[in-house]
Amino acid sequence: MNKKHRMFIRMVMASLVRRRSRMIVALLAVVVGATILSGLEMIYYDVPRQMSAQFRSYGANVIFTPSGEGYIRPEDLEKGAAQFSSEELEGYTPYRYENTKIHNMPVTLAGIDFDSVLKTSPYWHISGSMPSLDGETLVGAKVAESLGIKEGDDITAVNTFEVTSETDTSDIPSYELYTDPESGETYCDHELDLHVSGILETGGSEEEYIYVSLKDAAALTISERGYDIVELSVAAMQDELSETVEKINGSSVGLSAKLVKRVTASESTVLTKLQSLVFIVTSVVLVLTMICVATTMTAVITERRKEIGLRKALGALNSSIIAEFMSEGLVLGGFGGVIGSVFGYYFAQFVSMNVFSSSITFRPLLIPITIAASVLVTGLACLIPIRSAVDVDPALVLKGE
Amino acid sequence: MSKLLELKNISKVYGDLHALDNVCLSVDKGEWIAIMGPSGSGKSTMMNIIGCMDKPSTGQVIFDGKDISKESRRKLTEFHRDKIGLVFQQFHLINYLNAVENVMVAQYYHSMPDEKEALEALERVGLKDRAKHLPSQLSGGEQQRVCIARALINSPELILADEPTGNLDEANENIVLDIFRQLHKEGTSLVVVTHDPEVGEVAQRIVRLEHGKIVSDKKNEQFSEQQEVSL
Ligand SMILES: Nc1ncnc2c1ncn2[C@@H]1O[C@H](COP(=O)(O)OP(=O)(O)OP(=O)(O)O)[C@@H](O)[C@H]1O
Ligand SMILES: [Mg+2]
Repeated sequence: MNKKHRMFIRMVMASLVRRRSRMIVALLAVVVGATILSGLEMIYYDVPRQMSAQFRSYGANVIFTPSGEGYIRPEDLEKGAAQFSSEELEGYTPYRYENTKIHNMPVTLAGIDFDSVLKTSPYWHISGSMPSLDGETLVGAKVAESLGIKEGDDITAVNTFEVTSETDTSDIPSYELYTDPESGETYCDHELDLHVSGILETGGSEEEYIYVSLKDAAALTISERGYDIVELSVAAMQDELSETVEKINGSSVGLSAKLVKRVTASESTVLTKLQSLVFIVTSVVLVLTMICVATTMTAVITERRKEIGLRKALGALNSSIIAEFMSEGLVLGGFGGVIGSVFGYYFAQFVSMNVFSSSITFRPLLIPITIAASVLVTGLACLIPIRSAVDVDPALVLKGE
Repeated sequence: MSKLLELKNISKVYGDLHALDNVCLSVDKGEWIAIMGPSGSGKSTMMNIIGCMDKPSTGQVIFDGKDISKESRRKLTEFHRDKIGLVFQQFHLINYLNAVENVMVAQYYHSMPDEKEALEALERVGLKDRAKHLPSQLSGGEQQRVCIARALINSPELILADEPTGNLDEANENIVLDIFRQLHKEGTSLVVVTHDPEVGEVAQRIVRLEHGKIVSDKKNEQFSEQQEVSL
């Protein structure tokens, strides 16, 4: 680097640093633009993830059912679920339905996994709390209403089944057993005491069930068996989903998979629309930033017409004045881009928290993109005022006032 | 003595106002000329034309035997950069550069910036210890001296000064005039525009302008004598 280059840098830096009160206005314009730009970029790239997550709240998008007669065996479920990558698979909930009677009224009881059910049914609203111990139950609002059950009540579920030679009767108290005089067969009215930890409100058919843990369901029926249905929540696009579903159905895993069509199909279109909306907004912001920076730079440069005249009187060619002022603009753009990238992340985070209630993934690659865009926009914005200012006549500008 | 500069039948017309009206003037190498006249008489207009910052409406400017009045703006810029140092009434320092950097700017556009040389130029005008000060931290007289240091840094053949002492008090005026005397002794040509008779009287030759015309052009009889007094 020769002395000339060093002087060039010295002048540019002096102008930026020693005129900082002026430059701060221009910098602010750049920073605001870069912040919004980088924020929207992050949101743009995060929207698919966010939206998928968002759509999950409308319920599971894949269900497994038994292939043919019978139930889904736990080991088959695991094999089937393993077809989705662990990042995509947000959760799955097996359901095991049993008939039961509460207060002598028939009610369907579902054995589920309380830990994962909110992943596949995020819309569940519980007054009270989610059961956390065995012996606790969640009662659907309709059931609760018709049977007069309240949160905190203790209820007894009764399951009637035929006792055969295969039934393990060791845990069954004798008073539960009776023989049907007509057929001569032995039945059991097995009881399970449950504590109501919460009432489930969904506005849908889910309210017509009572829910217990899988373990309690097995205890009630004194039988271990597989599941009737499994709901899965998978954060993936429709194409990918149907591919995996076909793969599962084509394999020898003992279950059949199905897409919940309505949600996944609309998901993709909404997503595309949302992304193009963000894209349009980003473009508009870029143009606005450019106008804003151009206006600020015009003011900053007009103020320096005398200086331009002086430099010309000292022998500066237009090209070198353009180079100096552009460099100031570019440094400003770069610096603004760096600050904007950081602010943009927080901006995106803020938007994401408020709109999607989840945090945004930080994408380092967007930083150089933001800085490049910021430099480019600032450069373009500076070019116009500089080009017009550089034509000043030194004789006119330097004339005493 | 050979001629440095010649204005031949120069006119500068703005609308129907003749800022300069058929002016002829020649400046010898090493000569020190004062241009005097009332406000609006065309002094600055003439300076700008000599300084290649403006073109005459008609007439020729011959510098070093070369007609420069028909050259392109870019050529003129290069030409005046190489031959002429400018001193302004309003100083025109770049406010975000310190004294030495302001001097270096002239080197930068001329050839190669050199901080050591720039400091030496400041030393010549007695401002070495103010080299790192910004213009706003300098007095008017000091700023004018920085301006002079900047004008002489590239060793120009001609220094053009438009009201160099217009904004200065007497003490600072004397400092500036002393610097001019020294430059003159070293063989630099000086053209100084001034209202101030005291500044005019230290020159070798006094040219008077009125309404764009030269009304008198006389050798200054007191010149050599004065120089001895002040030295
Ligand atoms: N760009 C211009 N357009 C129109 N008229 C101009 C222009 N520049 C100068 N003039 C006119 O030309 C005349 C000479 O101006 P000039 O600046 O040369 O005067 P001056 O002798 O330097 O005066 P002063 O001592 O006040 O600086 C003035 O009447 C001025 O109004
Ligand atoms: Mg004037």
